[in-house]
Amino acid sequence: MTKVYTRPGTIKEAHFHYCPGCGHGIINRLLMEVIEEMGLREKAICVAPAGCGMLVYNYFDIDTLESAHGRGAAVATGIKRVRPDNLVFSYQGDGDLAAIGTAEGFHAANRGESITVIFVNNGVYGMTGGQMAPTTLTDQVTTTTPDGRNPIIAGYPVRICEVFSMLDGTTYLERVTVNKPAAVAKTKKAIKKAFQCQLDGKGFSLVEILSPCPTNWKMGPIESCRWIDDVMTKQFPLGVVKDIK
Amino acid sequence: MRCHVSRSGYRGDENLKKLMSGNAALGEAAVLSGCSCYFGYPITPQNELTEYMAKRMNELGRVFIQSESEIAAINMVLGASVAGARAMTSSSSPGMSLKQEGISYLAADELPAVIVDMVRGGPGMGNISPAQSDYLQATRGGGHGDYKTIVLAPGSVQELTKVVPLAFDLADRYRNPVVILGDGMLGQMMEPVDFDNVQPPKEYPKDYILTGAKGRPSRMIRSLLFDTKEEEEHNWKLVRKYQRMEQNEVRYETFLTDDAEMIVIAYGIGARIAKGAIKRLRQENLKVGMVRPITAWPFPAAVLQEFARTVHEFFVFEMSAGQLIEDVKLALNGRGHIHFYGRPGGIIPTPVELYRIIGRHYYMASRREQS
Ligand SMILES: Cc1ncc(C[n+]2csc(CCOP(=O)(O)OP(=O)(O)O)c2C)c(N)n1
Repeated sequence: MTKVYTRPGTIKEAHFHYCPGCGHGIINRLLMEVIEEMGLREKAICVAPAGCGMLVYNYFDIDTLESAHGRGAAVATGIKRVRPDNLVFSYQGDGDLAAIGTAEGFHAANRGESITVIFVNNGVYGMTGGQMAPTTLTDQVTTTTPDGRNPIIAGYPVRICEVFSMLDGTTYLERVTVNKPAAVAKTKKAIKKAFQCQLDGKGFSLVEILSPCPTNWKMGPIESCRWIDDVMTKQFPLGVVKDIK
Repeated sequence: MRCHVSRSGYRGDENLKKLMSGNAALGEAAVLSGCSCYFGYPITPQNELTEYMAKRMNELGRVFIQSESEIAAINMVLGASVAGARAMTSSSSPGMSLKQEGISYLAADELPAVIVDMVRGGPGMGNISPAQSDYLQATRGGGHGDYKTIVLAPGSVQELTKVVPLAFDLADRYRNPVVILGDGMLGQMMEPVDFDNVQPPKEYPKDYILTGAKGRPSRMIRSLLFDTKEEEEHNWKLVRKYQRMEQNEVRYETFLTDDAEMIVIAYGIGARIAKGAIKRLRQENLKVGMVRPITAWPFPAAVLQEFARTVHEFFVFEMSAGQLIEDVKLALNGRGHIHFYGRPGGIIPTPVELYRIIGRHYYMASRREQS
């Protein structure tokens, strides 16, 4: 029998703590596959967030630092300026990057820091129990928007790729998702491209990944994947938002 | 003493003292100490330091970033430190409040860094004039959690050249953030200074930094410890480190204490003012001396306890409304009389004002002794 799939050597022998149907596990695996395939294990330095992705250092067999909530892009900036030859990327949720860490992300992007942000947009604060995130959709029910997000009170869902695309320091921004096999393959390609962009010294790159959170969306895993296509992508259209050659 | 005003900063090629502001001298001392990364956000009264670093780090091909905030600056320092660099940031009071989260993470992650606080009047926006009212914030950790930073409190521009390399050395030796606690006056005033004795501190083995896992297992640096037992063990490990600092790193200076019947405790620019006052008091044969903590933390408590065996009168002077006095009370633990004069952020007390006040307390104390 031929082996068609195996765990990448860059993933530690540990069980993911993620809930069933969560997108973080897929994204973790993709990242480590890309790092292995591009031969970057010895070059990569990951900055982990506060959020569901904070324990990636239990899974990633690469040098990893856990940063304070939202400060990933500033920490990655410090690392990259000292070690320009390394591949430095931050892994951040929507609360992490688009709320508490907006300033750090925005200005790292604007400075054109040669780093990559892996931005996991699941529309909620997963780790703290499903509160509203800046990316929560209008009318979406969360524990802090029990009647649905009312823009008059709580503002509108933030489109990070589109906002960052206005900054001259950004070079490659793409929004992808992991809700079906073809989308997963596309996400892997986008991550590869973002890393290559950094290795080529082009500047700031970011991949926004729409990621299912069945637990906090109060949906089944399959329903969650459908909801991404049917609802979430209407607010967050998939595709390349910026790609400077 | 021959002085030479240098607009362009110290060049180290002439055998002269330079007239430099504390901020600029601090910057040059950091450069000579091998500081390879500086991150800062403008705030008075420390802007000359940021500006000096902008120029010098650029000249030397080192890293300088004017960050978007003090929060970003301290996290850039953390990133640079994780990557193995000698990194520094500086600010003043309101900015220091923003840095506290990052300092707590530096302490938890056991990462070296040097952080300068040129204190100004507070609370709130306060005032840009000198004050010492960040003493408790600096000496108690300042952010969340059970941690300490070594706090060095120099009192002159020349002393900055001693304290800066020491700060980088202690940071690396203990893998811990070190705070240089100055104030607006120290930063702004110009004094003759030489850098003859500034050497880059030795390099310590850095087997914890992140460089990419080349030819070794991958490393992780984190402060989240879900396992409660692991969390407590980590905290005890930090506590033991702070105890080693308390044993080995206390620094202080005494001034005319041999025959003193009253000992003034003051630090930094406060000690400078107190020295002026004490010199006048001595001219009137009042036996007043001073203990000047150079490390505000660890505090020279044992020294004060030793003095308390023979001296009964202690006088705390600070440019804050009652912060340093807490450490003196803890050190003396009920022994001796503690006199106090403190002024919060606002007007800087003068040596003459302090001379009158100490003198009055001295007479009251001697009358109490007689009765
Ligand atoms: C300063 C600070 N504030 C709040 C928290 C609590 N906290 C941890 S993770 C998180 C939000 C996580 O949401 P998100 O970034 O969207 O990531 P997810 O968990 O959904 O992947 C919050 C608020 C914290 N750790 N630090």
